[in-house]
Amino acid sequence: MHAESEIRVPLILGNKSYRQITDDIIRPIEAKPAKGWYTLVTIFSLCFLWGIFSLAYTIGIGIGAWGNNNGVDWAWDITNFVWWIGIGHAGTLISAVLLLFRQKWRMAINRSAEAMTIFAVLCAAIFVLLHTGRPWLDYMLFPLPNQFGSLWPNFNSPLLWDVFAVSTYATVSIVFWYTGLVPDFAMIRDRVIKPWQKKFYGLLSLGWGGGARHWSRFEEVSLVLAGLSTPLVFSVHSIVSMDFATSIVPGWHTTIFPPYFVSGAVFSGFAMVLTLMLVVRKIYKLEAYLTIKHIEYMNIVIIVTGSIVGVAYLTELFIAWYSGVEWEQYAFLNRATGPLAWSYWAMMTCNVISPQLFWFKKIRTSIVATFILSIVVNIGMWFERFVIIVPTLCRTFLPSTWNTFTPSFIDIGIFVGTIGMFGMLFLLFSRFFPVIAQAEIKTILKSSGEQQKKDAASHHTHA
Amino acid sequence: MGSPVAKTKYIVHGIFNDEVPMLDACRKLRSSGIRIKDVFSPMPVHGLDDAIGLPRTRIAICSFIYGLIGMSLATLMMWYMMVSDWPIDIGGKPNWSYYLAVPAFIPITFEATIFCAAHGMVLTFYLRCWLVPGAKAKNPDPRTTDDKFLIYLELTEQQSLKAQEILKTSGAEEINQKGSFIVPPAYTLEEAH
Repeated sequence: MHAESEIRVPLILGNKSYRQITDDIIRPIEAKPAKGWYTLVTIFSLCFLWGIFSLAYTIGIGIGAWGNNNGVDWAWDITNFVWWIGIGHAGTLISAVLLLFRQKWRMAINRSAEAMTIFAVLCAAIFVLLHTGRPWLDYMLFPLPNQFGSLWPNFNSPLLWDVFAVSTYATVSIVFWYTGLVPDFAMIRDRVIKPWQKKFYGLLSLGWGGGARHWSRFEEVSLVLAGLSTPLVFSVHSIVSMDFATSIVPGWHTTIFPPYFVSGAVFSGFAMVLTLMLVVRKIYKLEAYLTIKHIEYMNIVIIVTGSIVGVAYLTELFIAWYSGVEWEQYAFLNRATGPLAWSYWAMMTCNVISPQLFWFKKIRTSIVATFILSIVVNIGMWFERFVIIVPTLCRTFLPSTWNTFTPSFIDIGIFVGTIGMFGMLFLLFSRFFPVIAQAEIKTILKSSGEQQKKDAASHHTHA
Repeated sequence: MGSPVAKTKYIVHGIFNDEVPMLDACRKLRSSGIRIKDVFSPMPVHGLDDAIGLPRTRIAICSFIYGLIGMSLATLMMWYMMVSDWPIDIGGKPNWSYYLAVPAFIPITFEATIFCAAHGMVLTFYLRCWLVPGAKAKNPDPRTTDDKFLIYLELTEQQSLKAQEILKTSGAEEINQKGSFIVPPAYTLEEAH
C-alpha cells in the first residue's frame, strides 16, 4: 500500500470509491445541465456574435476599422494576443511542470486547465492571424515554396520564431490534452446508454481498453510529453517577449523580458484557472475534488509569480534610471505619468498590490475573495500588456509622430468576442467532456482520499 | 519430435474489486508458471508491469529519435532557405555560412525538435496501441473502465484449474470462463524435417 504522511491534507474529500468517482465525473454528461449553464452559454454566445460581426467587418474593411494609427501600430490586437497566450500557459504549467514535480493536487485541475490552454491559444490565434491585415495571405507566414520567386520568410526575425513557437505549442497542447482524455472517453463509452452518446464517445475513445501494455505506454507518453512541454512553454513566452525585446524601442529593448513575461503568463493563467474552476466547482458540485486546499495551492502560486512580476516592474524602473539612457528613462516616466498613466497605475494595483492579500490565510482560503482577486489579476495582466505596448508607442523617438489611442467599437467587439468564444467553448467542454481526469484521480484515491487516509491512520495506531 | 497437434486454450477472466488483491493474484499466477496475457484496469496500476513481467516500453527512445529528425530537418531547412537559396542581405550582412548565422536559428531548431518528438511519439503510441477512430473497444468487459480490475488469461486445460484456484484464494470477485479457442499447430523448421 502506498501510504502517505498523515500531515498531508486529503485531496479527495468524503468516503469515495472508484465507482463514486466515475459517477461524480460523468454526472454533468449524463444529467441535464443546470439553468445557470444555459444562461452563461447564452451570454457568451451573444458576446461571440458581436465578435463574429467585428471579425467580418475587419476582414471586409481592413484594419483601418481598429483604433490603431500611424504611431500606435500595435494596440489592442497584440495586447490581446499576448494576454490570451499568457493565460494559456498555466494549463501547460499545471499539467507538465506539476507532473514532473509529482504534485498530486494537479490531477483535479489539469484537464480543465489544459482545455483552457487550447481555447486561449485559439483566441490568441485570431489576433495574430488578423493583425497581419490580409488574413487570407497568412499562409505566407510559413516557409512554403511559392510562385513569388525565391521568397522565404526571414528566420532571423522573432516574429517568425513566434509562428513556429505558437503553432508547436498549440498542436502539442492539443495532443497532450487529447491523449489524456482517451481513457476517460472510454469510461464514458462504457457507461452511457443513449445510442448517439455510445457512438460519439466510442469514436472519441479510439477503442481504448486499458490493457497493461497500453497503460504502461500511456504513462510513458504522458511523462515524456510533460518533459517536452516544460521547456516548450518557457520558450513560447520567451519568444513572444522577444517580439518586443529585439526591437530598438525604449521600454521594450530589455533583457528582463523573457523571464518577466513567463512569470506574468503563469500568474495570469493561474488566475484564469481559478476563475473557471470556482465556477465549474459550483455548477457541477465538484467540491469533493476541487477542495479549499487546491484553491489555496493555486493562490500560493499566484503570490509567488505575482511577486516575481512586481520585482520585475521595479527592476525595470531601477535599470531605466541606472542605465543613464534618457530615452529609456523617459519611456518609464511616460508610462507612470504620461497621458495613459491611469493604465499604469491600474496595472500596478491589480498585479503588485492585490495578490499580496493572499498572504492572509483567511483570504487565500476564501472562495469569494479568490474569485474576485482572480478576476482583478486578469484585468491587471491585460493592462500590463496594454501599458507595454500603447503608451510606449504613443511617445516614440520622433515627437511629430506622437499620438494617442482610443479603441474603436470593432476593437472592443473582437476582444469581447474572444471572451465569448472562450467562455462558450469552455462551457461546451465542461458539459460534454470529463472535466476532471478521472483515471488519474483514481490513482491517488488510496493515498489521498479523506476516508482512506483516516483508515490508514487508524490501522497504523492499531499496529 | 512428435507431430505437432492443435492445442485448445481456455479464456478465463478474473475480476477484482481492488488493485491490491489483483496484484497479489498476478504475482502468484506468474510464480506458478502461468503467463498473464493482459490486465485491464480503470487506471494505471503502480507495480503492475513488474507483477506481470512487462518489459519497459521503448516509446521514449522513439521520441528521442523523432526529436533528432526534427532537429536535422529544421537545420537543413534553414540552411537551405537562409544560406544556400537566398541569403537575405540585412544591413549589408547576408548569411555567409550557417555557422555564422546560427544563433538566430536556435529557437526554430528547438521548436521543430519538440514538434517532431512530441507528435512522432504520440502518433507511434496511437498506432502501436491501435487507437484509431472507429476501433473496437479493446476491454473484454465494460466494467474495467469504471472500477473493476480484470486479469485476462489464456490457459491450457491443465493450467485452468490451478489458475482458478489462485484467483479464488486471492479474492477475485468473479471468475468467468469465456469459452475456448484452438491454437493451430505451429510448424517450426525443426518439426518440418
